[in-house]
Amino acid sequence: MTFKTKIVPLGDAALLIQFGDEIDITINQGVHALAAILDASPIEGFIETVPAYGNLLLHYDPLILTYAKISKWVRAKLDQVEDAKLRRPRLIEVPVQYGGEYGVDLKFVANYHQLRVEDVIRLHSARTYTVYMMGFTPGFPYMGKLDDTIVTPRLETPRTHVPAGTVAIAGSQTGIYPIDSPGGWRLIGWTSLRLFDLEIESPSLFSPGDEVKFVAEK
Amino acid sequence: MSLEVIEVNGLATIQDSGRKGWRRFGVPKSGPMDLFAFRAANALAGNPSNFGVVEIGLGQITFRALQDCVIAVAGSGYKLAIYLWEFSLWNSFFVRGGWTIRFNKMDDGMWAYLAIAGGVQTRPVLGSRSTYLRGAFGGIKGRPLQAGDRLPTGKPLHALEQLAARTLPIEARPSYSDHPIIDIILGPQTKYFSDQSIETFLSSEYSISLTSDRMGYRLEGPALTHRSKTELLSEGITFGAIQVPASGQPIVMMADCPTTGGYPKIAAVTSADLSLLAQCVPNKSKIRFRETTIAKARKKYCKLMNSLESSILQPEQSEW
Repeated sequence: MTFKTKIVPLGDAALLIQFGDEIDITINQGVHALAAILDASPIEGFIETVPAYGNLLLHYDPLILTYAKISKWVRAKLDQVEDAKLRRPRLIEVPVQYGGEYGVDLKFVANYHQLRVEDVIRLHSARTYTVYMMGFTPGFPYMGKLDDTIVTPRLETPRTHVPAGTVAIAGSQTGIYPIDSPGGWRLIGWTSLRLFDLEIESPSLFSPGDEVKFVAEK
Repeated sequence: MSLEVIEVNGLATIQDSGRKGWRRFGVPKSGPMDLFAFRAANALAGNPSNFGVVEIGLGQITFRALQDCVIAVAGSGYKLAIYLWEFSLWNSFFVRGGWTIRFNKMDDGMWAYLAIAGGVQTRPVLGSRSTYLRGAFGGIKGRPLQAGDRLPTGKPLHALEQLAARTLPIEARPSYSDHPIIDIILGPQTKYFSDQSIETFLSSEYSISLTSDRMGYRLEGPALTHRSKTELLSEGITFGAIQVPASGQPIVMMADCPTTGGYPKIAAVTSADLSLLAQCVPNKSKIRFRETTIAKARKKYCKLMNSLESSILQPEQSEW
């Protein structure tokens, strides 16, 4: 796969490596492949990367690295992306109680698309999603893409409190709130899985690039 | 244990240089709002540059020394009272067990840093002692300091008498001001804004809203207009990035900012000038932005940071 990439600065301590500006699995795999390549052989002054849908943000220490040096290093690594073998994604099954106390927008979503609630549940749990990126709060996975028939706009005014474990959709994305937080997505269910737990060695249940399947609980 | 919190009515948190390697999971870096003052406090106390300190903001706080120790203070917006005497920041002090250390709020800045020789040694979470309030972890139980908290501290790396009464002269500090000119690098989404908006951003005066916090400083001034779209796909953001939501009022991402965001970024504040911005006072400071290049910004930052240690004056050199 060939990517047309562009490197642009974000201030004097970070740069963005842009692969594309849409939600697209091939573009996103390029982002994750580059992240893995950079992590595998870091240079002094490289801090960390943050994958997003269509680009990779790289944080570096300007006391150690010039922009010219870090961008040259990244460009050299970009040549390896085409031949990179992606790690086989982990598949994580997420049990969901659709609707009920937490999935307060499930009926709205059904009505919005003139579907039955059961159809929304079936369509949401039929696909295997990819964790395109993580962000917002610790452990929050941005997943996609939804079946076109249940693509729903986010709330105009976000709720001030969404409980941890709430499964939600917005646009063509789906996600799960890992900790109690504000939120503007449509809430359709709840999972008992803990997405972010500091008591265990790997606190985040998900990693960028994972695959996720929702399983409806009766 | 060498410091106890006696009284606090501001926001005091434990901070070190922040978390590394967790932003891809959505965990912010956190760390100090004023990185230079944080490093200066550690340097004055004879600590490595990443040791845990207390960041103090928004109000007064009083500590009691539980044993003889050396403390160092740096930052802006505070005066210090130790036992019966008043002092200014940017100094290290020998403190007898039993003496009180009080930070009195002034109106010329926002954040002060209290380092103690040996460092604040709370349990690291994800590799850092920094308190992340929204996630409720790091520091002491993920919360601000409270009266009665006792801060675990490490063994000083040098003899106390070698560490006390040192000072960082004003020439070696950032030029804090209530009307600073803040250097920025334009981009990466300048094309989302009209040429007129970029001109407005670079030529207008902004103040900081009272709703600002450790996550972000909301600017108030002439609104910026987007060309068309006001949102983009979420992508990584960083301390200093200036996002512009639909309202047109820019928000500068600060130390506790989320790892990703979806508003177009008109610019980012340079590493050297983040300290100046962090110390700006809501509804008081008047800020202007000036475009610079990455090369110039790096030169300024390296000069500021690399001369810190060597600029410290020992007692026989200072006026003590």
